[in-house]
Amino acid sequence: MRVYLDNNATTPCDPRVVDTMVPYFYQKPGNSASRNHPFGWEAEEGVDYAREQIAMLLKVDPKEIIFTSGATESDNLAIKGVFEMYKSKGNHIITVTTEHKAVLDTCDKLTESGAEITYLKVAEDGLIDLSELEAAIKPTTILVSVMWANNETGVIQPMKEIGAICEKYGVLFMSDATQAVGKIPTYPKEVGVHLMAWTSHKMYGPKGVGALYVSRKSPRVKVTAQMDGGGHERGMRSGTLNVPGIVGFGKAAEIARMEMHSDAERLSKLRDKLERELTSRLEECYINGNVQYRMPHVTNISFKHVEGEGLMMTFNQNIAVSSGSACTSASLEPSYVLVALGLGDDLAHSSIRFSLGRFTTEEEIDFAIEKLVAGVNHMRNLSPIWEMYKEGVDLSTVQWSEH
Amino acid sequence: MAYSEKVLDHFQNPKNVGTLDKSKSTVGTGLVGAPECGDVMRLQIEVDPTTQTIIDAKFKTFGCGSAIASSSLATEWLKGKTIDQALTIDNMDIVEELALPPVKIHCSVLAEDAIKGAIADYQSKNGIAVTAIASSH
Repeated sequence: MRVYLDNNATTPCDPRVVDTMVPYFYQKPGNSASRNHPFGWEAEEGVDYAREQIAMLLKVDPKEIIFTSGATESDNLAIKGVFEMYKSKGNHIITVTTEHKAVLDTCDKLTESGAEITYLKVAEDGLIDLSELEAAIKPTTILVSVMWANNETGVIQPMKEIGAICEKYGVLFMSDATQAVGKIPTYPKEVGVHLMAWTSHKMYGPKGVGALYVSRKSPRVKVTAQMDGGGHERGMRSGTLNVPGIVGFGKAAEIARMEMHSDAERLSKLRDKLERELTSRLEECYINGNVQYRMPHVTNISFKHVEGEGLMMTFNQNIAVSSGSACTSASLEPSYVLVALGLGDDLAHSSIRFSLGRFTTEEEIDFAIEKLVAGVNHMRNLSPIWEMYKEGVDLSTVQWSEH
Repeated sequence: MAYSEKVLDHFQNPKNVGTLDKSKSTVGTGLVGAPECGDVMRLQIEVDPTTQTIIDAKFKTFGCGSAIASSSLATEWLKGKTIDQALTIDNMDIVEELALPPVKIHCSVLAEDAIKGAIADYQSKNGIAVTAIASSH
């Protein structure tokens, strides 16, 4: 049995999405910018329809959707694009320590061009402090960037309140909403988000295509293009459109609009079952992140005294998940998001992220529960610190010989 | 496949998991690493004082598959060796045997440190000059 519980990393395409894409590879292979023949017109129609579906999902105008290659590109376009466009107004950007690398690295890069970045800290539950945000805003602030939902913990920030603060001070509000769009209602105009980045492959669409919402009315926002060469997407993103990808993205948005609520309800029940069973059958389990303001399909759990990569090895032939352990990262650093929550490296190393999806069944959850319980117990039998904990040793008093 | 067959074998069928009585004078305990680093190995040896031969070895490890395999392998190699022979075990021997990739070499270093730690503990408990010095990697 192969169980996929890593939907926050990527989602499989919904078969209905792939079905709508296929004609655009063969019978309708035109470039949507070819104005002079039916091949081009058909491709353009496909793109227009997709753009409409996506706009409907967000309750915005289709003219406010720019297609990109993915969320990373959209984040870059939004942040760099705003910085360059609004340079005369200021150079200060406020973001959060728990943002995705696509936002953090972009902000970091901008310091080379004279940007000043403030990184807001988060509380133990992963939420920002609104008064800290307000205090950080100054006359030179041009942008606030806060992700809608966190990819590791699923924590959802107080978007409406942040929007109100940005409105009060006349600062643009941008959000990387990759983990939220298509899974929970994300209506930028209702919360005061002026730019919103996300991707298709986290909402059962194909990889290689994403979008950036850029508000056109009150306020009218502009971004300096980061891809030059032809002026596509109203001059904000040049390059031939990924027609089949966009068509698929549009279908994914249509399905999401119809099925988002029932999916969320079904998945939150399964997620709650997984969480409940694991925390009741295993000692020393800690759920990371605010459990009330959280995506319905995500749970991030630390299994104390068990290392994440080792634990995954007990079941990774059958179950796919992610861990915050240093051993699973290319940099050999533990998850910076979990560290920002004040977890302590040891609990970060012991964390597992479960992210359910549209195709997750109850049978798969039951299977995962059994494998996890067995795996954690197996690893604890191997663990010297579990033995020490059981003997009543206070591990914080031990002199470790780090090297 | 990220892990070698040998690592998988040690992980699924670890050798010599357990605990020796550390109050015994014939037992040496090496405890290396730290929870914050994601790696803690406890390696114990039981020594026959007349022959200075390691007659038993046990381990417990908090860490990834490669860390567990490295410490499991270490206990296998230690059994039957004299203290002097055990001191010649080098972390690169472990790397070769388990085909550890570069990112996992530090697991073998920790295992070598654990071996030396256990021997040093045994030696100092028995008033023997400590010859086991953990390398400064």
